[in-house]
Amino acid sequence: MNERQVSKFEYAPAPESTSIVNIKSEYGLFINGKFIAPKAGKRFVTINPATEEVLSKVAYADLADVNLAVNAARSAFTKTWSKMPPAERGKYLFRIARILQERAREFAVLETLDNGKPIRESRDTDIPLAAAHFFYHAGWADKLSHAGMGANPKPIGVVGQIIPWNFPLLMLAWKIAPALATGNTVVLKPAETTPLTALLFAEVCQQAGLPAGVVNIITGDGVTGSHLVNHPGIDKIAFTGSTGVGKAIARAIADTNKSATLELGGKAANIVFEDAAIDEAVEGIVNGIFFNQGHVCCAGSRLLVQENVQDEVIEKLKRRMSLIRIGNPLDKNTDLGAINSAAQLARIREISDSGDLEGAERWSPECELPKAGFWYPPTIFTGVSQSHRIARDEIFGPVLSVLTFRTPQEAIEKANNTPYGLSAGVWSDKGSRILWTAQRLRAGVIWTNTFNKFDATSPFGGYKESGWGREGGRHGLAGYLKAGN
Amino acid sequence: MRIDVKKTYKLFINGQFPRSESGRVYEVKDSKGKFLANPAQGSRKDLRECVVAARGAFSGWSGATAFNRGQILYRVAEIMEGRSEQFVAELVAQEGISASAAKLQVAKAIDTWVWYAGWTDKISSISGATNPVAGPYYNFTIPEALGVVAVFADGKPSLLNMVAGLAPVIASGNTAILIASEKYPLSAITLAEALATSDLPAGVVNILTGKAGELVSWVGAHMDIDGVDASGLGKKQLTELKVAGAENLKRIHSFNEINSPLRITSFMESKTVWHPIGV
Repeated sequence: MNERQVSKFEYAPAPESTSIVNIKSEYGLFINGKFIAPKAGKRFVTINPATEEVLSKVAYADLADVNLAVNAARSAFTKTWSKMPPAERGKYLFRIARILQERAREFAVLETLDNGKPIRESRDTDIPLAAAHFFYHAGWADKLSHAGMGANPKPIGVVGQIIPWNFPLLMLAWKIAPALATGNTVVLKPAETTPLTALLFAEVCQQAGLPAGVVNIITGDGVTGSHLVNHPGIDKIAFTGSTGVGKAIARAIADTNKSATLELGGKAANIVFEDAAIDEAVEGIVNGIFFNQGHVCCAGSRLLVQENVQDEVIEKLKRRMSLIRIGNPLDKNTDLGAINSAAQLARIREISDSGDLEGAERWSPECELPKAGFWYPPTIFTGVSQSHRIARDEIFGPVLSVLTFRTPQEAIEKANNTPYGLSAGVWSDKGSRILWTAQRLRAGVIWTNTFNKFDATSPFGGYKESGWGREGGRHGLAGYLKAGN
Repeated sequence: MRIDVKKTYKLFINGQFPRSESGRVYEVKDSKGKFLANPAQGSRKDLRECVVAARGAFSGWSGATAFNRGQILYRVAEIMEGRSEQFVAELVAQEGISASAAKLQVAKAIDTWVWYAGWTDKISSISGATNPVAGPYYNFTIPEALGVVAVFADGKPSLLNMVAGLAPVIASGNTAILIASEKYPLSAITLAEALATSDLPAGVVNILTGKAGELVSWVGAHMDIDGVDASGLGKKQLTELKVAGAENLKRIHSFNEINSPLRITSFMESKTVWHPIGV
C-alpha cells in the first residue's frame, strides 16, 4: 500500500481551554471530610505526561496517615453510614452523580492534563460513565434485598480501594459507588501518577455534604497501598491493576478474614471471521487497541484474523491507522494522546522491541511525535506466533499483535491460550457463529461486532488470572455485601 | 460360620478404582479403636491424575445440557437410596453414631442430591441477567462453570458434608476432585461406587482419600485447579491453601449451609456478552 494515497486532512488546532480548572500548587490528604497535611510532611509531584510540566505537589501518605484514614472510615461506618436509612444513603450518591455532571468539563480537562488521554475520551467516556455509575448505584441503596444476596444483606465494613492510572476518575467511580451504596465506607488510593481527579472528587464529596469519613482519599505509591492492604482495620480490598500485584494482595490477605475484588490484566483476543463486515471490524480493531493509548486492561491486543481475509484486513487496518491523529491530548481532534508515564513508555518499548527480536514484523504509520512528553506511535506486529512475548504479555500500550487462524476451533484454542480471561471480541455476520464463539471464549466480557463498550448496568471482570469478582450491574454488588436472611 | 468378604477401599480416578500409585495406605479405626480398613493414602501424583481426568471431562460435562446434568444428579440419589444400608453401616462404624442418626444422615445426603439436581436448569435464571445498557446493544450476563474444583470435605456428618460439597460443584458443569475427610473416608469410596453407576461420565468426580495436611499444599499449588471448596480445612491449612492458590488466583470459598445456591454460584464465572442492535 502506498501511504501517500491516504489524504491527510489538515485540521486547525482546536484545543480545549484549561481555564476551567484551578489546580492548587499542593494538596493534602482527604481524611474525615477535610484536607489535612501528611504527618511526615512528604510530598511528590504529578506531571502532565504530554508536556512533562509539573501540575502540582500532592501529599505522600505513610503508615501514620493510613491509620488516620482507616480510623476515620471505621468511625464513619459505625456511627453514621451503616445506621443511615438506605434511601437517604442513596440520595447522597444521587447528589454526587449530579455534581459530577455539573462539573463534567472541569473533570474532563483535569483528567486529560494529569493522565494524557485525549479530551474527546475523557469528555465523552470517562466522566459521563463515572457520573452514570454513581447514578446507577444510588438507586440500589434501598433495594439491596433484591440483589440476590438474601433478604437482609449486610455491608462488609471498611474497604481499602486501590485504583490504576488509566481511567482515574472512572475507576474511582467503579470502586466508590457500589461500596457506598451497599453501606460500606472507603479509603481510596489513586494511582501515583494520576491523583488529581480523585482529589477534585473529594471536593465533590464536600459539596454533596457527604458525612465526614465515609470517603477518605490518600495519595501515595505502592508502599502506601501495601499499608492499606495490610491494615488490620480494613475488612475488604478492592484493587484494579496488574496481575502481579493482584497475586501479591491475595497472598498478603491469606491469613486474614479480608475478602478481595481484583480486576487485573488481560490479553484479549479480537477474532475476525471471514464473513465479518471488514470495514466495521477494522474500526473495532482500532477502537480495541488504540482507545486510551491501549492503556486498557481489556484492550483487544491480540488480533486473530481468519487467514483468507488477512491481507484485506491488514491493508485496511494500515490505511485506517494512517489517519489516527496523535498529539496534544487537549485538542478535540486528537485520537491518540500521551503515554501516561516515562516508566510505562519504557515498558511498552521493552516488550515491543522483543517483538522485533523474536522475528515479528513491525509497522507504524508515519507520524510526528511531539518533542516533550511521552509518546508511542500506533503499532502493529504481523507474523506473530503464540510463543512471542508480544502475544503473551500485557503491553498496556498502542501495540497490536496479529495472528491468524483457519478454522473456528483454532480461533478458540488460540484465543483461550492465555492465563488471562478478561475480555474478547468476535466479528462475524452469522448469529449462530457469534454465539458459538462467545460461548467457548473463556473471558468475562465478550464484545460481538463491537468493542470496548462499558456501562454501569453491565458486569465487568475476568476469568482465570484476570481477577476475582465483577464490577457493575447487580453482580458487582456481591463483592460489597455479606449474604444474610 | 461364614467369613465376611471385606471391601478394599481404593481411590476413584477417571471412573476407575486404582490403588495409590505410591502404594501407601493408612489405618482407619472405628470410634472404639477397632480396625476398620486400610484406605489408600493419596499422593501428589494421584492428585495430578485426578486433575488430568477432571480437566479432560470438563468440556463434555459443562457442555451437557442442564436437563441432562439434573437427571444424572437425580440418578445418584436413586442409586444411593438403593445402597442406604451400606452407607448406614459405614457411618455407624466410622462416626460411632446410632443407626437412627446414621439413617437420618443418609436420608439428608440423598435429599441433598435431589435438591441440587433441581438447581441445574434454574441457576442461570436466578444468577444471570439482561442488562439495560444506555445504548443500542443487547447485553446479557450468564453464569458458566469455573472448571476443575477441589473439595475438602469436612468431618462429621461426613457423608452429608461430602455430598454438600460435591453436588453443587458438579451441578453447574464443573468437574471435581473430592478429598475425603481424613478420619471418615469410607463412605467417600462407597459414594464413588454410587457415582460410577449413575451415568456420570468418567472423570467428572474423582475421589482421593489420605492426609489433608499433605494434600492441601499440592492442591493449592496445582495450576490447573481453578477453585477450592475449603469448608473442611482448619485455619492454618486454609491460609496455606490461599497462599499457594494465589499463584493462579484460585477461587477459594468455605460454606456453612448445606442447601445454598451460593455453593453453586461461588464456583461459576459470569460472562457478559454485548451485541449491537440495528438493521
